[in-house]
Amino acid sequence: MSTGTTKLDVVVSDVVPVNDLVTRFHFRRRDGELLPTFSGGAHVVVEMRDGERTRLNPYSLMGSPLDTREYTISVRRDDVGRGGSLFMHRSVKPGLEMVISYPVNLFSLDLRAKKHLMLAGGIGITPFMAQTAQLAGEGGNFELHYTCRTASLGTYADVLRERYDRRIRLYHDDREERIELDRLLSTQPLGTHLYVCGPAGMINWVRDRAASLGWPSEAVHFEHFAAPQPGLPFDVTLAVSGKTIRVGEQQSLLEAIEAAGVDPPYLCRGGVCGQCETNVISHDGKFIHNDHWLSEEEHRSGCKIMPCVSRFEGRSLVLER
Amino acid sequence: MGITFRKETFRDDFTFKNSPEHIRRFPFPFHEDAYMYAVNIEPHVVGTKGSVLENLIDVDEHYVAEMQDRALVLAEDPLRCQSLPHMTLAGWDLLELLMEQQALGYPEHFTLTRNGDRWRWINRPLGIDDTFTFGDTSTLPYGPMEYITRQSQGDFCILDQRDGNLWMDAGMVTTQADWSLDFDIGMNFFEWHAPVPLAHEKGIFTRALKFLTNIQQGKPARRLNWTMTINPRLDTSPENYHKWGPDRTTVTPENVGDKVHLRVELQSFWRLPRSNGIVFPIRCYLIKMDELVTQPKWARRLHRVIRDLPDELATYKGLTRFRPTLVEWLSKLDDGSATSPGFGPD
Repeated sequence: MSTGTTKLDVVVSDVVPVNDLVTRFHFRRRDGELLPTFSGGAHVVVEMRDGERTRLNPYSLMGSPLDTREYTISVRRDDVGRGGSLFMHRSVKPGLEMVISYPVNLFSLDLRAKKHLMLAGGIGITPFMAQTAQLAGEGGNFELHYTCRTASLGTYADVLRERYDRRIRLYHDDREERIELDRLLSTQPLGTHLYVCGPAGMINWVRDRAASLGWPSEAVHFEHFAAPQPGLPFDVTLAVSGKTIRVGEQQSLLEAIEAAGVDPPYLCRGGVCGQCETNVISHDGKFIHNDHWLSEEEHRSGCKIMPCVSRFEGRSLVLER
Repeated sequence: MGITFRKETFRDDFTFKNSPEHIRRFPFPFHEDAYMYAVNIEPHVVGTKGSVLENLIDVDEHYVAEMQDRALVLAEDPLRCQSLPHMTLAGWDLLELLMEQQALGYPEHFTLTRNGDRWRWINRPLGIDDTFTFGDTSTLPYGPMEYITRQSQGDFCILDQRDGNLWMDAGMVTTQADWSLDFDIGMNFFEWHAPVPLAHEKGIFTRALKFLTNIQQGKPARRLNWTMTINPRLDTSPENYHKWGPDRTTVTPENVGDKVHLRVELQSFWRLPRSNGIVFPIRCYLIKMDELVTQPKWARRLHRVIRDLPDELATYKGLTRFRPTLVEWLSKLDDGSATSPGFGPD
């Protein structure tokens, strides 16, 4: 893991319930120093010591990049997920010492933009908390459209409304309010950049509409909140380290490789950054790729896999690790 | 205590010299008796005391003279320093990085005091004591990048990262080996490397870009590059080719040792925290052949490297004209014995 990220020793300074699903966690440095500066859209990977198991989940930093006395993240509880968010909700209390990575930004603002148009869905609001704070500090031009299930699950909607007033538009599913996407996208001034973070369906919808309406792909930015999907257990042979390991139902291939004592590089743990890319030496079976890094051709070739999110079903798989 | 800064020139009478201690710390770039491109990138971590890697941003005995030379270059040609409008934030990032590193490595020469956004910067070698508001460009005499790079050795390219590529959107470039910021500004990684021979075919740039776009905050990386320059000239820009190009025809068997300089670039790569850009400092070290051959291992090895260099590379690096004279001169210092592994002198 050391190959992937630089670490920070922190202590949980506060745990604040935000609504029925979301809890906010505050971290300070154990040595009392300032945390590293970051840019809006950055995430950290939080290490969770859950019994025998180490879980590593990425969470967007949502505080203002102008204040690095503490880092804050918001975690949405997923009762049917792999357990990381439940661990955060149940076991992480003020005073707990934890290790987190340095910030990494895979969703950064394009500072050339004349205007930043932001679309958030659900917990996808978190990177925009930092981005709006950064832009507001620099007098930047932005507008945020935020869609959530109900008013009570509109995480930080009140905070954003209070801070930025008319630059924030809210949409509630239970009131059947929906972003008028085509109108929104076709009435933006030239030089606008579009940012979207939320469920995969929302990201695909926004990217498709933007493409059809002639937006250049360079002006459309997105961040997937892709957690590794569970699946059938499978066995893998690691050729370089000479180990054969089993990937459990709720475990990612990357986690299984780490648990076996091999230290592959990583950054996002969500299939977008390319850092953990691994060569496939041989396979007899089917890949379930799930990543956004490899091209379709590379997916078909069966020569590469992204162990952070991808799985395998079949008789044998040998990787170069 | 502290560095004794030399009074010297990099033009006209060329009084530049390395002290004996500086000859031994020279970053000799050849670890074996041959040279070929490689993605020779490694983590930029602190190295041996006394070496150019003792601090992550190196300040040496040439500091004051180099900064004076930079001011002369800028006075003649302000386009050596440019920053596209969206790069101002990255300029502040760089200012912070360089002030922090210089103050950390050389507290007797540089002091940074922060009081919230109010910062005070003392640069004793250049006689500067300024207080300014971090983030407020109107409180500095120049933009943040220009302000700090007028006080830092080496060239600086600030790269914006977007669309999976790096874009050269700002820089201070006055000590370059025959390339031009004014020409490259706004280009992406593949565009500004287009003139380099052989490396594209080997897929080196694709791999290097992948590495660089994944550079992380707190984990800088570095590599060495090299070329040769006639006379200790820092400014060998295309804009001034008419001044330094003809120098290549002046090398004779009698003056090789004094005129021909090995020019080594220590390039480092840093993720900038606020802008998410990458800064690419290119620190230039010069050493004349007479100084270099005081280390017998370097003399033997350099002879073999230059003699066996592929012609395309020799041409690209501009050595063609004086290579035979240089190889002949170096051959007299090569007794044929084996060189020890590694870069350092014996």
